Amino acid sequence: MTYSFPEEVLEHVFSFLTSQNDRNAASLVCRTWYEMERWCRKRIFVGNCYAVNPRVLIRRFPEVKAVELKGKPHFADFNLVPEGWGGFVYPWIVEFARVYPWLEEIRLKRMVVTDECLEIVSKAFRNFKVLILSSCEGFSTDGLAAVAANCRNLRVLDLRECEVEELSGHWLSHFPDSFTSLESLNIACLSLEVSFSALERLVSRSPNLKTLRLNRTVPLEKISKLLQRAPQLADFGTGAYSAEIRPDVYSSLQEAFSGCKKLKSLSGFWDVVPAYLPAVFSVCSQLTYLNLSYATTQSPDLIKVISQCHNLQRLVVLDYIEDMGLDTVAVTCKDLRELVVFPSDPFVADANVLLTEEGLVSVSQGCSKLQSVLYFCRQMSNSALISISKNRPNLTCFRLCILEPRAPDYLTFEPLDVGFGSIVENCKELTRLSMSGLLTDRVFEYIGKHAKKLDMLSVAFAGDSDLGLHHVLSGCESLRKLEIRDCPFGDKALLANASKLLTMRSLWMSSCFVSFGACKLLGQKMPGLNVEVIDERENLNLLPENAPVEKVYIYRTVSGQRLDMPDFVRIMGKDKNGVYNLSLCDKGL
Amino acid sequence: MGPQVIGLEITELRLGLPGGGDSGERRVKKRVISEGGQEVDVVVGWPPVGLYRKNVVAKLYVKVSMDGVPILRKVDISCFKGYSELGMGLEKLFDCYGIGQAMEEDNGSCEYTTIYEDKDGDWMLVGDVPWLMFVETCKRLRIKRR
Repeated sequence: MTYSFPEEVLEHVFSFLTSQNDRNAASLVCRTWYEMERWCRKRIFVGNCYAVNPRVLIRRFPEVKAVELKGKPHFADFNLVPEGWGGFVYPWIVEFARVYPWLEEIRLKRMVVTDECLEIVSKAFRNFKVLILSSCEGFSTDGLAAVAANCRNLRVLDLRECEVEELSGHWLSHFPDSFTSLESLNIACLSLEVSFSALERLVSRSPNLKTLRLNRTVPLEKISKLLQRAPQLADFGTGAYSAEIRPDVYSSLQEAFSGCKKLKSLSGFWDVVPAYLPAVFSVCSQLTYLNLSYATTQSPDLIKVISQCHNLQRLVVLDYIEDMGLDTVAVTCKDLRELVVFPSDPFVADANVLLTEEGLVSVSQGCSKLQSVLYFCRQMSNSALISISKNRPNLTCFRLCILEPRAPDYLTFEPLDVGFGSIVENCKELTRLSMSGLLTDRVFEYIGKHAKKLDMLSVAFAGDSDLGLHHVLSGCESLRKLEIRDCPFGDKALLANASKLLTMRSLWMSSCFVSFGACKLLGQKMPGLNVEVIDERENLNLLPENAPVEKVYIYRTVSGQRLDMPDFVRIMGKDKNGVYNLSLCDKGL
Repeated sequence: MGPQVIGLEITELRLGLPGGGDSGERRVKKRVISEGGQEVDVVVGWPPVGLYRKNVVAKLYVKVSMDGVPILRKVDISCFKGYSELGMGLEKLFDCYGIGQAMEEDNGSCEYTTIYEDKDGDWMLVGDVPWLMFVETCKRLRIKRR
């Protein structure tokens, strides 16, 4: 007996599956479902652009409307991935242009995007709507001009911390007068001045504009004009928040802010002149997101703003906030979900601010909904970590950076094993963890034993031996991303847990003790992995097999060898062709 | 002779005592010039702040005038750790030895004395208050001939 749902019914049912994981699961049920699902999948997420190649993607999914790709490994953010490593989006764009004329959305993270790519995007996709580039590089303002000039239906242009070659600020003027569909514009990362009148006209003719994040060059005195033209804004980023103190400027600014009844997110605030901060007071109670991490202003001024933000859910701030300011957060921001505290002076050993572990403990006590923490500080203790873990067992993301590598518990001088152990033991929903300070193999034992939901782990200057790595690879069932630097982990744990690597997206190890020989062996034994040795030294071929590599990046892939590697990247253990068997590509991505 | 063999031990699975670790030597350091013109050691990529964050460092630039010198200078006082470093920085800036020593000793041996204008507009002798308090309150500096 064979029966099946009519295709239309299947398609309708699948339309309710939005998560890619769910869709992948559905596609494995049977051939019919696989076929049906692949024809109606509209959104694609590729977490590692080298895990699959464009041809394979296009062959399987013919009707894609939105693509998200990630390129370089996370440690590229900290200069650990040499220039030219890869992550080129060009081959993808070319294929998309050929096969997906109705593509609407492209989201890229840590990829190299050229002007040519942007030009293709601007011309190949008639209904292109969303372009989000996060930590990307390789393009100039000419590419932006092409997007502005040609994307008639663009809704979102979002440049997040991109490195843009800025040839001129005129690109913004390339949006035609007939262009009125803009909903979101984020140019905060650009340093050149854009034409203010062009910006003002653009804002005026964009009735659906909800997000506007300006760059530093837009002067404070001109912000009121923009806000008056766009009182419907939900998300606003100021430019430099400084001007000569003039009552007329202040009052028009204050009035403009109070006209923004829907404003929920506020950011920008470079070069803050504290006298102008009260201009935002009227919107503070509306805010769910506040980013003051460029505001180099002292704690009392910050407190004056934050103490009015009763509905804040996400706060990003510099350590100028100090423990006292965090006490205010603990008392005021009862809905806080995420706290980020960046260091104002990260390269100076001595504290320039009164921010210690106590501030974080205080917030963990006062903010019952706190789930996500990124905290830079100069001292930590096991007892503080234990308190935090007991206060906030609902933490899902805990990233702690003690500025001095291998800093012990400052009270007892012991390692911080027990403290982080308490975090993973009590916070059972923890999916992301970054550790620092003095840590031995013991902390990895705790992690392997308790951190069953851990998805991503970042480790630096920690551990004593391979046992540490072994604990993590053998114990953390949900682990998908592991990044390690400057730890005494070598070949043994890696080779013993080789099959684990097929269940993960990627493993990064730099300045560890992994040898060439082990990398080659791993690459040979595991055809489903690319074992990339990233090493810029010149006499590599002369080094013995047991010499440690500078960096190794291991990831699962169905697309075999990269074809775009620079000379300092070697894929180990594969033959010259190294192209993987395509028939195995039909498994769920 | 072949190339330098990189010293390492293939780590065995050992259950040693906790604490310590000998990978310190392999930390890649580089010397950079900080804002104050001093050389400091930094570990590459540490602390893990993105490139955008690196530029948001406390900058407290104040004007510095020196008697007999027509052009004023600006210096970031937040990058000095104390009065002696400030003194050395000013000496470098104006190519004039003795400013720092005068700041510390204040016994009339030096031709110059350094004063600062505080938040209230008063001119004060540099060196009286704790360093951090000075950094917060100093609005401008003047190197005065006695």
